[in-house]
Amino acid sequence: MIVDKHGSPLSSKASLSPDISHGMILYVEGVSVSFDGFKALNDLNLYIKDGELRCLIGANGAGKTTLMDVITGKTRPDTGKVNFGQQIDLLQLDESQIARAGIGRKFQKPTVFEALSVFENIELSLKGDKGIYSALFHKLSGAQKDKIDEVLYTIGLVAERHYPAGRLSHGQKQWLEIGMLLAAEPRLLLVDEPVAGMTAQETERTAELLTSLAGKHSVVVVEHDMAFVRSIARTVTVLHQGSVLAEGTMDEIQANKDVREVYLGEEQA
Amino acid sequence: MKNLLHCERFKKLRSLHFVIAILFIATLYVTLCNLFFAQGTLLHVSDYTVSLLGKYLCYALLALAVDLVWGYCGILSLGHGAFFALGGYAMGMYLMRQIGDRGVYGNPELPDFMVFLNWSELPWYWAGSDNVMLMILLVFAGPGLLAYIFGSMAFRSRVSGVYLSIMTQAMTYALLLSFFRNEMGFGGNNGLTDFKEIFGFSLQSPETKLALFIATAVALAFGYAVSHFIVNSKMGRVVTAIRDAEDRVRFVGYKPEHYKVWIFVVSAMLAGLAGALYVPQVGIINPGEFSPLNSIEMVIWVAIGGRGTLYGAIIGAVVVSYAKTRFTAIMPEAWLFALGGLFVLVTLLLPKGLAGLLASLMDKLSPPAPENRSPTPAVTSTPAAESK
Repeated sequence: MIVDKHGSPLSSKASLSPDISHGMILYVEGVSVSFDGFKALNDLNLYIKDGELRCLIGANGAGKTTLMDVITGKTRPDTGKVNFGQQIDLLQLDESQIARAGIGRKFQKPTVFEALSVFENIELSLKGDKGIYSALFHKLSGAQKDKIDEVLYTIGLVAERHYPAGRLSHGQKQWLEIGMLLAAEPRLLLVDEPVAGMTAQETERTAELLTSLAGKHSVVVVEHDMAFVRSIARTVTVLHQGSVLAEGTMDEIQANKDVREVYLGEEQA
Repeated sequence: MKNLLHCERFKKLRSLHFVIAILFIATLYVTLCNLFFAQGTLLHVSDYTVSLLGKYLCYALLALAVDLVWGYCGILSLGHGAFFALGGYAMGMYLMRQIGDRGVYGNPELPDFMVFLNWSELPWYWAGSDNVMLMILLVFAGPGLLAYIFGSMAFRSRVSGVYLSIMTQAMTYALLLSFFRNEMGFGGNNGLTDFKEIFGFSLQSPETKLALFIATAVALAFGYAVSHFIVNSKMGRVVTAIRDAEDRVRFVGYKPEHYKVWIFVVSAMLAGLAGALYVPQVGIINPGEFSPLNSIEMVIWVAIGGRGTLYGAIIGAVVVSYAKTRFTAIMPEAWLFALGGLFVLVTLLLPKGLAGLLASLMDKLSPPAPENRSPTPAVTSTPAAESK
């Protein structure tokens, strides 16, 4: 089912899958957003291939988080097109519809349901009917329990399954949030600063986790930690003042003159 | 681990059975002592006390409704008195029509206040007010519809926090002002009173009072069972998640506003039911019930009892109402200070309220079961961050 321009919004039951016959999962074309005259995004173009792991870097205010907001429906752009696959126009959908269409987002600050257990956090995030009446009479099926176990195993929180999420360490909360995204079986994962505040070991484990996800999912990571970016990235996109400054492998980026000037120059000084 | 899950479930189920059993025993005790022990004997429970207890149970049901939205969903409604009063007016209209020609003016059709205002016929919205089924429908539909309209507008435009609380205050205050007006057709500032009968039974007779008390206890048990079912379903977990991280819920694919409207409407209906049972027991409904102060008091019941536990709301409502009865008999002018002081004390010393105190006492008394060692508290019943 495809959502037409004016009408039938996605019901809470429907989940449509993106058409990726051209190999691209996400098209962002000519997107501009301004807040009170300040151009947060300026005619930005970005294409993400299906199954790709992409890193987005850029100084503060370069527009990274605004871009995530636009893709997930939190902010509406002034101009431009955002398509999920070839057919789904994300600008016609709201946040929850976009989530159900298969785009998961991890916030900068780890956000989990603190009063619920780790298990319940994953349970609520499972792909499926998100309507009120199914919530009232919902019973977990065997397959769903298996899926939760699988996710818990992937994020390494099997032993903590019955802990209230509020009692997890900072790093564990970050993983739990990634696990919640995985439970929804998204096609595209947007991950905002996954290793902020993590120890070296936690960072390493997160790098492994994210690289293992690529292929099955497309992953876009926003990160400041250059060592981390270097360890996971195949393709890096540099944002500057709301548009794409450069795109390529980490080595190409580091050799790029413009980038050295505006970004790495400051960062590595 | 499986044992643990079972244990949790068992605990939750036990709390349901426990509350209903206590309610049943208390009701039975009061009933028997009222019927079979003569006045003057030690165990006698007077008709006055029966009505008073019935009133407390109405408050308990109302507190339950407040806890459902505030304790679990984080919606701090300071206007739940409006839903309570609307339920009360729905019942009041029916009771007015039951008076028939026994009113002061002896008009068989029109209530006294309408005769007094020189009205010649019932306004259109009083049509069918003498029909029991319509009355029962209105008790739920009136508050439910108001909650639906208010909730849809407020939650869809993502109003939350103190702004929402202020709007709920404004809502109940606006209703207070409009129900004060004689032209509204609800008796103006005198409200609806002078009731004679309910379903053909005299409201003055002790048996009717006892029956109303028992009906209220049954309604409270029903309200508790419904709330218990909701908060322990996946619905309850979604709602708790909304309380703690609404944005996360939205990006997981739920529509928080739908859930909030739904639980707000259910809560308003429970409050309406409480109001409908309250009116025949106190014999009057007037616009004072819409007063913002009343709605704030309801929130204090829940805070003192312990939010996010359901049974805490019942304890809080009964304890505070009892204190109010005793206190206002001794020093009426000091009651609000006492209530305020109690609220501050509980917030400072017992952040989880009386229910939290009770739970920690129970934990100390019962020896830890072996499979219960793992550091897992009753997760869903933990109140959220106190800041909310």
